[in-house]
This record gives sequence, C-alpha cells and structure tokens, in this order.
Amino acid sequence: MSPHFEPITGRYLHLDLLGKPHRLYVEEAGSGIPLLCLHTAGSDARQYRGVMNDARVTSNFRVIAFDMPWHGKSSPPAGWQDTEYELGSRDYVRMVVEVADALGLERPVAMGCSIGGRIVLHLAHEHPDRFRALIGLESAAHTEPYYDLSWLNRPDVHGGMVCAGVVSGLVAPTAPSEGRWETLWHYMQSGPGVFKGDLHFYMIDGDIRHRVDEIDIKKCPLYLLTGEYDYSCTAEGTLDIAKRTGAPATIMKGLGHFPMSEDPEKFVGYLLPVLDKIRGL
Amino acid sequence: MLDVIASLVNADTALVRRGRFVNTTFLIAIGEADTLFRVQDGRIVNVAPGPFITPDYSFALRATRDVWEKFWQPLPPPGFTDVFALVKQKLMRVEGDLHPFMSNLLYFKDVIASPRQKTSKAGAR
Repeated sequence: MSPHFEPITGRYLHLDLLGKPHRLYVEEAGSGIPLLCLHTAGSDARQYRGVMNDARVTSNFRVIAFDMPWHGKSSPPAGWQDTEYELGSRDYVRMVVEVADALGLERPVAMGCSIGGRIVLHLAHEHPDRFRALIGLESAAHTEPYYDLSWLNRPDVHGGMVCAGVVSGLVAPTAPSEGRWETLWHYMQSGPGVFKGDLHFYMIDGDIRHRVDEIDIKKCPLYLLTGEYDYSCTAEGTLDIAKRTGAPATIMKGLGHFPMSEDPEKFVGYLLPVLDKIRGL
Repeated sequence: MLDVIASLVNADTALVRRGRFVNTTFLIAIGEADTLFRVQDGRIVNVAPGPFITPDYSFALRATRDVWEKFWQPLPPPGFTDVFALVKQKLMRVEGDLHPFMSNLLYFKDVIASPRQKTSKAGAR
C-alpha cells in the first residue's frame, strides 16, 4: 500500500459548553451543506470515518463529527475526578445546539445514532427551526434497561471489555469482521463509567414517548434509518415513530445498531437517497 | 447440540486465549434439561448432562428448546442473534453469580454461540 492521508482533518475546539470551559475534538471532511454527526453512547466520532471518507457524501456535504465531552479525544471538564458522569436530556440538547453555534453552522443537518438517534427526536421537538433536516439512525422513543447497568463500571470488571461485550451482539451478524471489531475497539477505549453515564439518557432520562406526537416534520424534515438486527432500538420502535410523525423510515437489511461503523459501505448506500432528498429541500 | 461445544471451543485457540482467566462451572438449560460445563483456563474440560439433585455452578442460561434452536441457526433471525437480545425479550433467563459471565462476556458469548458453526457446516453439506 502506498502511504496516503485520508481527507479528514481533526482539530481541538475550545468553547464554553453547559456553562463550563471545554476542549472538544472535532473532525470534518468535505464541503457543502453542513452535516453534524452524533456518535453512540460510550463511543466517539471515529464511528463516522467511513462516511467522511466517502466522496459520494463529501462532494455535497461538509461532514462534521465531534467527540462529546468525556468521549474519545475530548476532555472531561476540569474537576471531573470528583463527579459521576451522567448525561441528561436538557444538557444533551444544549450541547448539540451550542456546538453547532460555536462552529458557526447555519441550519445544519444533524444525524445521530442510538443516543444520537434519540436526541434528534428531542431536537425535532424543541428546536426544529435550528436544523435544515434531522436524520435518526437507530431511533426509538425509549429503551427499557434490560441488564443491570452497574456491571459497566466497577473495579472488578474490565470496563472496556464489558462495554464491548454488552454491545457486541448489536452488530449485525453479517457485518464484515473488520467493521465489527473496529466498532468494538471504540467501546473498549471508553473512559470508566462513560458508557453507563450515557445510558442514563438512553434508558431513563431521554424517554420521549409522550412527546413524539408533537414532532412536526413540516417544521423540520425527519428521516429514520434503522438496522434490521438492532434489538436495542428495534425496527418496531422506529416504525412507531414513523407512524406517529409521518417521517419516512427505512429498515436497513444486513445492518445492526452501528451502521456507519460496522459496515460503512452498506450504510452509505442507504444514506445517499436521504441526502439527495435533503439537497432538494 | 451441546455435545459439540467443548470440541469447537477447545479447537479455537483465539477463543481459548480470550478465556484464559476463566475458571468456573456454568449451566445451560434447554427447557428442563440441564447441562453443566466446567471451564478451566478457557478450555471446556468437562460436560455433564443432568438431571442433577444439587447442581453446583456459578451462573445459568435458561431458555426453551425452540429459542435455543433459533439462536443456534447459522444466521439467526433478528432478535435471536445474541444472548442479550433474548434476555431483553424475556426469552432467556441469565441467573446466579454473574461475575464470571459479565467479566468475560466476549468469551462466553462466543462459547454459547459456538454450535452455529456446526449447524452452518451441516447446512452446507
């Protein structure tokens, strides 16, 4: 292989976020309509590298993905050592809006997966004027806890291994081995308690079932894409949102809970028709 | 189906390595039929079919035969691909001292799913 650089660039953004100074790692590639990508719980923006390296996407979209505070190469806020990380709905909504503002993005498209797929529902409900369109990957209005979350952060269990172990079955059984293990590697690198803290939003605080009917897709178009093998955000859960909001939904064959990282090529095949629609808005 | 687990696991050097710190006995229940698996340093060293009067094990996975058979298909249908998928749908019960299971989850998931390799080969013939 001849050495080469990918077209992705990464930088550190300093900003006040949720009232505190933060240092966020932000990657981007491409030019055109800003497409702000939100990663899953306990992972980071590397999940979108397949999308960022796909010229079919980047020829028309400026794809931007940031590591949330505590995740990837973004730092936790100073004083973190004496706190327990817990993501709440209000902070998560504010974070996305404040990062978009700090980056000077004018009515970007936001695309999020899992917790990101949930927060786009909150954004659709609370801030439809701020976004050109929203794309929910693996979106469900709520997911009940189905195992004891305390296993994810205790000193006698390897945090990276248990987090990867918990999510491993969410990858489609048909996913390429490299994509599967790259996805799990990201989980193995999460800081202690970060995945668990994100799941506070996913399984407890971020429940939006009672407000889904109030989402108006005429104010901000919403598109839903969910992998057929996802048993956490199920096809049924996504189709329920589609039914209640009128948002178009596609169940993606041969994909699981992490479509953009487990099989980027296949995922982009599903994403492109959505992006074409957004370009025509 | 359970009779193939030991040979498949023990022949998989990468899987044995992943489980090299595992020393425990766990139970798989297919309906009412219990089987005990003794694991030593990642290798399955004994498989004991029940019934038992006083079975001694750390954790147990219990599901009906129908559920296990779907789970062990070479390409299981959505909802049957993973132990946690079954647990979420209340089709499987995982009980007992879960510490060995949760602290070696990637190992045990592949051990438990190993019969899929056998069904895959049988299907190809």
